[in-house]
Amino acid sequence: MTRVLRRRYLVLKVDCDKPLEAAALSDAVWNAVLRLFGESGASQAGLYLVRFDEKTGVGILRCFHTALPMVRAAVASVTKIGDAKAAVHVLRVAGTLKALSRKAAGS
Amino acid sequence: MKFTDLHLCAPSDNLEQAKRLFSKSAELGFSQIGVPLMPNVREETVDQLRQVSAEAGLDFVTRLDLAPRSSGDLLTGLRRFRRKFEVVSVLCNSKSVARQAAKDRRVDLLCFRSFDSNKRFFDRAEAELASASSAAFEVDLAWLLSSLESRSGVSVFSRLRREVATAGSFGVPLVISSGASEPLLLRKPKDCAALTLLFGLDESRAKDALSIDPGAIVERSRRKQSEDYVVPGVRVVDGRQG
Repeated sequence: MTRVLRRRYLVLKVDCDKPLEAAALSDAVWNAVLRLFGESGASQAGLYLVRFDEKTGVGILRCFHTALPMVRAAVASVTKIGDAKAAVHVLRVAGTLKALSRKAAGS
Repeated sequence: MKFTDLHLCAPSDNLEQAKRLFSKSAELGFSQIGVPLMPNVREETVDQLRQVSAEAGLDFVTRLDLAPRSSGDLLTGLRRFRRKFEVVSVLCNSKSVARQAAKDRRVDLLCFRSFDSNKRFFDRAEAELASASSAAFEVDLAWLLSSLESRSGVSVFSRLRREVATAGSFGVPLVISSGASEPLLLRKPKDCAALTLLFGLDESRAKDALSIDPGAIVERSRRKQSEDYVVPGVRVVDGRQG
């Protein structure tokens, strides 16, 4: 039986002048969703930062499949992380972590 | 699919910064960029920028941003500079300028960048004029993102939602541009399309606004500026027989 709320995994690439911590990125994305879509919208997103490599600035964000357009818009709207100017780009989206690594290996 | 960003604010006097912007734009997936230039820009500067953009794999489009104070100013500017640039946009700060720009076939893009709803003039009358003259309605994403920082996002999105719906009902093309002056303000085409969710644009229209519609504007302008163009629908064909 398929899950009612399926998950989507987004590979994010952060461009920032200063070194970043995972918590800062997570806060920035949560705040963006809250600001744009409110607490009700944020509660439907199911956001979770699965992992983040501070050296390369690449991370994996998880959300519910129904909230994918909302999360993409929120991620694109991030212009600052903490006090530093930043931009967050979505490199890839997949339904499972395995598919993500398969796509990454393919490219 | 070929993505076009018609408003990439690269400095014409700083080639290094321009190179950074162009390579970031190409990296993110754009293949054609429009760079606003001063009316009195020299040919050498344009050639240098064109060369730098070609090295990044981008098709360079010259753009002029007019911000006239009156409709008379607009007509003067168009008469003097239209032939020199491939794309002309008009920043509509008053109703008379907005109406004149919408009526004029020489104008490609209509821009409204005020956060104040009373100073945005894209209503049904404006859309009707624009649809007859093939002018497009431009939305700058950098301006949109700055509205979020200044906390006027709610009124901006509300107004923009109505304007986009009005443009759609009159068949006015929509153009989404980055308006970026630094690499951190650039976004991938899919992320730009995602941002349009905030003012009610669906995915397919957003993709058209990033690819087909701006591309058509550039193509139309280049066709008009080609040597064999006479009037709409008439072209010189050198077909000597014998």
